[in-house]
Amino acid sequence: MESRSGHLSWLPHLILVLGLALVGFPIYVTFVGSTMTTPEILSGHMSLIPGGHFVENYLDALTQGMPQLSGVPVSRLMLNSLIMALSIALGKMLISFLSAYAIVFFRFPGRMACFWMIFLTLMLPVEVRIVPTFQVTANLGLIDTYGGLAIPLIASATATLLFRQFFLTIPDELIEAARLDGAGPLRFMWDVLLPLSRTNLAALFVILFVYGWNQYLWPLLVTNTASMTTLVVGIKSMLTVDANTPWHLVMAMAILAMVPPAAVVLLMQRWFVKGLVDAEK
Amino acid sequence: MATVTLSAVTKSYAGNAVIHGIDCAIEDGEFVVIVGPSGCGKSTLLRMVAGLEAITGGTIAIGDRVVNQVEPKDRDIAMVFQNYALYPHMTVFQNMAYGLKIRGLTKDAIRARVDKAAEILQLGALLERTPRQLSGGQRQRVAMGRAIVREPQVFLFDEPLSNLDAKLRVQMRVEIKRLQQRLGTTSIYVTHDQTEAMTLADRLIVLNGGVAEQIGRPIELYERPASLFVAGFIGSPAMNFLDGTAGEGGQVTLAGGTLLPVTAPAGASVTVGIRPEHLVPAAESEAAAHLHVEMVELLGADTIVYGTLGTDGPALMLRLNGIVQIAAGTALPLGFPPAQLHLFDKTTGKRL
Repeated sequence: MESRSGHLSWLPHLILVLGLALVGFPIYVTFVGSTMTTPEILSGHMSLIPGGHFVENYLDALTQGMPQLSGVPVSRLMLNSLIMALSIALGKMLISFLSAYAIVFFRFPGRMACFWMIFLTLMLPVEVRIVPTFQVTANLGLIDTYGGLAIPLIASATATLLFRQFFLTIPDELIEAARLDGAGPLRFMWDVLLPLSRTNLAALFVILFVYGWNQYLWPLLVTNTASMTTLVVGIKSMLTVDANTPWHLVMAMAILAMVPPAAVVLLMQRWFVKGLVDAEK
Repeated sequence: MATVTLSAVTKSYAGNAVIHGIDCAIEDGEFVVIVGPSGCGKSTLLRMVAGLEAITGGTIAIGDRVVNQVEPKDRDIAMVFQNYALYPHMTVFQNMAYGLKIRGLTKDAIRARVDKAAEILQLGALLERTPRQLSGGQRQRVAMGRAIVREPQVFLFDEPLSNLDAKLRVQMRVEIKRLQQRLGTTSIYVTHDQTEAMTLADRLIVLNGGVAEQIGRPIELYERPASLFVAGFIGSPAMNFLDGTAGEGGQVTLAGGTLLPVTAPAGASVTVGIRPEHLVPAAESEAAAHLHVEMVELLGADTIVYGTLGTDGPALMLRLNGIVQIAAGTALPLGFPPAQLHLFDKTTGKRL
């Protein structure tokens, strides 16, 4: 970062700190809430200092069956979310990598038609096609399965386009050099294209994992039994209309729902930024 | 080692012919340079030999085998690309070893070949680096190393020095020539740089608009260019061209009235070529014409004089050895040595 010496150097910091406080405060309150009991939270003058029920609340949430969730513990929902998010992220990466590879490097009839069909699906977000997608999923018997949770969300125009753009920057000479070296199409993909794409793959994984983890509408529709639902959907189910909402557990679940995506972002931060900033030449 | 034989090779893209039938028999161990301006089809021709472009007509044979339908990897060739085309994620060693690994050589054999190539090219200390950690010249050497380890029958070079700075280019040019002499491998080298072409080639193919204007040894091309194009392309600074006509007796007269000591078929319109280094200052009494000096470049080793023939005649360039002080505006008396004059048919451009 270039340093701008001068009397205004505190201003950017102030703005950053204010922004951080704005975003961070609700999360902090949630965390504080997750360490208290529900009466403490609802008392009207909730303390901003964490209470003494941290271990107890989280253990409860993770291991105890929730009556609001038909007796399923939160750990099960987390597992569901994890499986769904990973399947979506990895599945999307696989499919879009392969389809971009086909579109960029091979000449076949209908190549551009395929490209435009993929491109057009960009204009159809999940919500628009949700009814027919549900119909298909139901007919395939995928309701209340991991397949049903993940497969309909795997096709991805965005990731395909991202890979396409990256593949187009690969110089023809590199492909020709590989041909002269005797590398066939699959070998070239495996030995050259895949290693060159690793920063893109990492960046994409972060984005897609968060996308998959945060899905709400689709898991809500496609799962009927509480043991197959995801954490994000589960939080909503905990909020009952009567006064029995266990707010301390809801807060704990919210924090638990935030941890995995945050961890993925933090762990892969270096790769993620690299993938977005410099497309390796 | 092998010969490479091109027979009536043509190339068209969607009906547009870009190579119009090239014939050339390249001998075993020969260094042939294909030279021409950009867009003349020289790279296309090389890529056809490599198998990266399909051959529209004619045949290309490496050794006794016609390779029109043979995959690039099976042609027993190695190619060095202009932008080196190194695999960015592999180390220098891996870059050189990759082709061998695919061919299924044992680890020891690969190691031995790469070490040998690295020694020849002085890459030993760089084997574990990746291409981005190398300078342009080093990358160039790795690209050549990748070609050497394959121990091919033919080396193909596609403008390998174009991305280097001038000094490095001269240095690498010498290295390539030395390497080729040492290995004795048949080589085809494409360039647009006539100096590179002249210095490297055993034989030159001058390509213009998809036609081989002349094929021959560099000095042949310099001394007896077959056409105006070759005359203008080979040699630096470029040859001077003057329009003239042959009179009744065949004596050639320049447009400005200067009589030249050469003859051509009577009545012919000709273009007279003379290289800047062959024009000589003459004594005033023997001068055939005068050069009106406009500008002088002192290069140390020689002096380039720019001017016009007569006061407002065609532009003329003169190259003198060493440092010669001449003021702009001087009228320099010139002689035209008959042996150094080249006569071309003005309409066809062919040598007379």
